[in-house]
Amino acid sequence: MTIEVVDLSFSYGTHNVLKNISFSADYGDFLSILGPNGVGKSTLFRCMLGLLTPNKGDTFIDDRAVSSLNAKDLAKIIAYIPQSHNPVFNFSVFDMVLMGTTAQLGQYSSPGKKERRQVEEALSRIGISHLKERGYRNISGGERQLVLIARAIAQQAKILIMDEPSSSLDFGNKIRVMQTVKALTNDGYMVIQSTHDPDQSFLYSDMVLALYKGEVLAWGKPQEIINDSLISKLYGVDVEVCSLQEDSLRICIPARDKWIHE
Amino acid sequence: MILAFLLLIIIIFSITLGRYPIGTREAFGIIGSKLFDIDPFWTGTQESLLLNHRLPRVILACLVGCCLSTAGASYQGVFQNAMAAPDILGASSGAAFGAALAILLDMGKTMIIVSAFSFSLLTVALVIYIGHRVRGKQVLGLILAGIMISSLMSSGTSFIKLVADPENQLPTITYWLMGSFNGASPEDVGFVVVPMAVGLAPLFLFRWRINVLTLGNDEARTMGVNAKRLRTIIIMCATLITAASVSVSGMIGWIGLVIPHLTRRLVGNNYKYLMPATMVLGAIFLLVVDNISRNLLATEIPIGILTSLIGVPFFIFLISRDGEQL
Repeated sequence: MTIEVVDLSFSYGTHNVLKNISFSADYGDFLSILGPNGVGKSTLFRCMLGLLTPNKGDTFIDDRAVSSLNAKDLAKIIAYIPQSHNPVFNFSVFDMVLMGTTAQLGQYSSPGKKERRQVEEALSRIGISHLKERGYRNISGGERQLVLIARAIAQQAKILIMDEPSSSLDFGNKIRVMQTVKALTNDGYMVIQSTHDPDQSFLYSDMVLALYKGEVLAWGKPQEIINDSLISKLYGVDVEVCSLQEDSLRICIPARDKWIHE
Repeated sequence: MILAFLLLIIIIFSITLGRYPIGTREAFGIIGSKLFDIDPFWTGTQESLLLNHRLPRVILACLVGCCLSTAGASYQGVFQNAMAAPDILGASSGAAFGAALAILLDMGKTMIIVSAFSFSLLTVALVIYIGHRVRGKQVLGLILAGIMISSLMSSGTSFIKLVADPENQLPTITYWLMGSFNGASPEDVGFVVVPMAVGLAPLFLFRWRINVLTLGNDEARTMGVNAKRLRTIIIMCATLITAASVSVSGMIGWIGLVIPHLTRRLVGNNYKYLMPATMVLGAIFLLVVDNISRNLLATEIPIGILTSLIGVPFFIFLISRDGEQL
């Protein structure tokens, strides 16, 4: 297995955020970490990315512990794709993606021809070459998300960690972004996304890790683990999981007896 | 490149500018005679004036302009704040207190510079120490500590002004606070050139990585940049060059804010190009303003007054113009 989270626990002071989390994933996998807001998804990611040191357990990538790697070596194997944000300075899209190549450079160097070519390739792979001259702050949220994905591609890491990629996007952009990411897993990338939306897990994921109060509530294929009782417990609302098109698609809707009588 | 060429022309022009006439030919002759054997075709007064007063002053104006603008651009990057200026961590108020104290104790000119420089660094060290003890966001803690300690230092300076001898100490302090290159000597250049070079070199070398740092600690780290260490280095270097600058020039405001912003409009936000352009443009700006300061009126106008007088309207024009938003 390529990435293994082993018995990972983390607490802020006396507040236990994560308790004994274990799971693993391989290249080509699309893994969703599902849970309500504030359940510790971001904390889990921060531990996996080496931004926080777990109190117990660790993350292993190709048998190397994340806590033993420095920022530069870590950046070459695992990339972080934040939610599309609004930075202080308006960099061009090209420069924004070019920053992804920093881990490959010496301390005092700036990106050269080789890195610029990587950026061109990353941009055309994501299909946003036409944006490269634009200012990052002047493009839409969906486009920004695609730029950040291109930046992770230029970083040349094969493991992509995405923080709620679909949460701030409109309907069309959500689909566009998720399809782009899904295509990457077919090319051998491993994608781990956090999401609070169970429908997202059904549509795209190979595996789902459901977090509840800092612990693993369920771990498995979405068709096997996502059912009425799991979703109802996770979110504290009555939910029905419906099957569409001979069970090739499932969606979660509020439990029927509630909305019929209103 | 064009900017560097422009700077060179303005430097030559500045040397010849002044109440006592020195032609371009004489200026080149005097400087050339230090390297080659040239028969003097200039007067002794010209030589002494050029080498002991005018040239050091021109060099100092360029160095200080370069350093303050670079420090401003650097602080803006590491604090992720487009409004950060070189005195954000209290470097200027510390220098002011140090200079006022040295003047109060009737110390010599060199000691005033040394005292200003030391107190500037001490103040920033104190700000960083307090900033790290603030719970919560580090950057916010630093800026808050900067505001508090600056205010403390300013009251200290006010107190010194209160007890200073109003006949000669008070005017000296007041004049120092207005900022000036009047009386620049080769020794001044010698004193600040080393800390300036030590501070400027890393800022220039790390300029690409400052881009990544503007995205925040976490993002920078996941892209392979040791954000905390780099941020500390940048803050230390920017502080060093700010302290060196204000210790010889006094309070010169606005340049550290206006020049980086002007440069952002000209070459964009990528620090790879922003940094060298800011360095040269800062030098050009302060040199031109200093030329105005010593040539416009019969008495010298303190340069700190002029940079505000020119800088503020220019900044207002810059931010209210169409195009890029802040």
